Amino acid sequence: MNGLLDSLRGIGARVIDSIWRMGVATRFFLMTLLQSGQSFRRFHLIIREIYSAGVLSLIIILVSGLFVGMVLGLQGYETLQTYGSEEALGVLVSLSLVRELGPVVAALLFASRAGSAITAEIGLMKATEQLAAMEMMAVDPVARVVAPRFWGAVISMPILAALFSAMGILGGYLVGVVLIGVDEGAFWSQMQAAVDFREDVLNGVLKSVVFGVAVTAIALFEGYDAPPTAEGVSRATTRTVVTSSLAILALDFILTAFMFRGV
Amino acid sequence: MQRATLDLWVGIFVVAGIAAILFLALRVGNMGSYDSASTYTVKASFENIGGLKVRAPIKSAGVVVGRVSEIGFDSTMYEASVSLKLDTRYKFPKDSSASIMTSGLLGEQYIALEAGGEEKMLEEGDTLKITQGAVVLENLIGQFLYNKSEGEVKPPALR
Repeated sequence: MNGLLDSLRGIGARVIDSIWRMGVATRFFLMTLLQSGQSFRRFHLIIREIYSAGVLSLIIILVSGLFVGMVLGLQGYETLQTYGSEEALGVLVSLSLVRELGPVVAALLFASRAGSAITAEIGLMKATEQLAAMEMMAVDPVARVVAPRFWGAVISMPILAALFSAMGILGGYLVGVVLIGVDEGAFWSQMQAAVDFREDVLNGVLKSVVFGVAVTAIALFEGYDAPPTAEGVSRATTRTVVTSSLAILALDFILTAFMFRGV
Repeated sequence: MQRATLDLWVGIFVVAGIAAILFLALRVGNMGSYDSASTYTVKASFENIGGLKVRAPIKSAGVVVGRVSEIGFDSTMYEASVSLKLDTRYKFPKDSSASIMTSGLLGEQYIALEAGGEEKMLEEGDTLKITQGAVVLENLIGQFLYNKSEGEVKPPALR
């Protein structure tokens, strides 16, 4: 009886704790948004964060985009060939990249490449009491450290997703047209007939912006909230990758349900 | 303002991103093919539109001359009312006819526009008088089966 009560208590405490954390995270997110005006006035801080979140993620994004596109080209060709419609390969590759794979896979890579780095950096800053030192000097760490990282990553994310999609389509072109020999004119013209700029491309960009906000907000909060120990920082980094991956996939479902419900 | 190599890299990054979006817009997507051109809209009502979708092409002699911009249901006539957005470069006589066709056996449906003989041309807001709806495969098969059985047994009760 006592054991049952204890486990019930444990569940209750965990639920209350996670709701509490949610509230703190929301307050932290709003504080970041409120302080962003200041960080836009010192734009060089944001530039530096675009460099560390965006430019340094370029290689992994470009290479994986190319390979994802090449695999799509191969697999799509295999399947389409059985229906005798290899020319639709361009449509298949471009629509799946622009609508889904570009934003989602780029965001997953971004979460593990840049999100984890942000969490580890801020967690370590907290552990080594750099954030406390800033507060002592009357510098708001949210304005000086958090907000520039937020905007740097949010600006980088759609650019990375667009580059991922573009590279993927080039990869599909390489495999489909250059290697296998699908007709080049049909590849591009069917693609152009099927992909709509507003419906597909802009919705994909919008998706990647939403993912960027989600990943960065999670990474920043996990870092800021990490227990100031080596173990705490490592746990927070892991949690960033897990939580933001789940958030990306869940958000993707919701956004897709809104955007592409058919006409 | 001081210039750093960092700025150069970020600049390259942003320019590459813009180039990627332009590539997606112009090479992959169809921006600049129809949305920018000036258009005029005419209406047509169909008995049955089958699987016609918004943005389906309107073809005349096989050439795409416009796109379907809106599909609605006319509850007074119980017919589908379709708005056709046509490119201003292409003029059609007022008595042109529209019919819904399918490209290929399982392909997407489009509207075929056939020019009439009248001298006045279609203008913004006009309605096409002569239309033919989509052919519904089930009806076609039903008719075929009916004709077939009629030929063999001839059910007199139905005549």
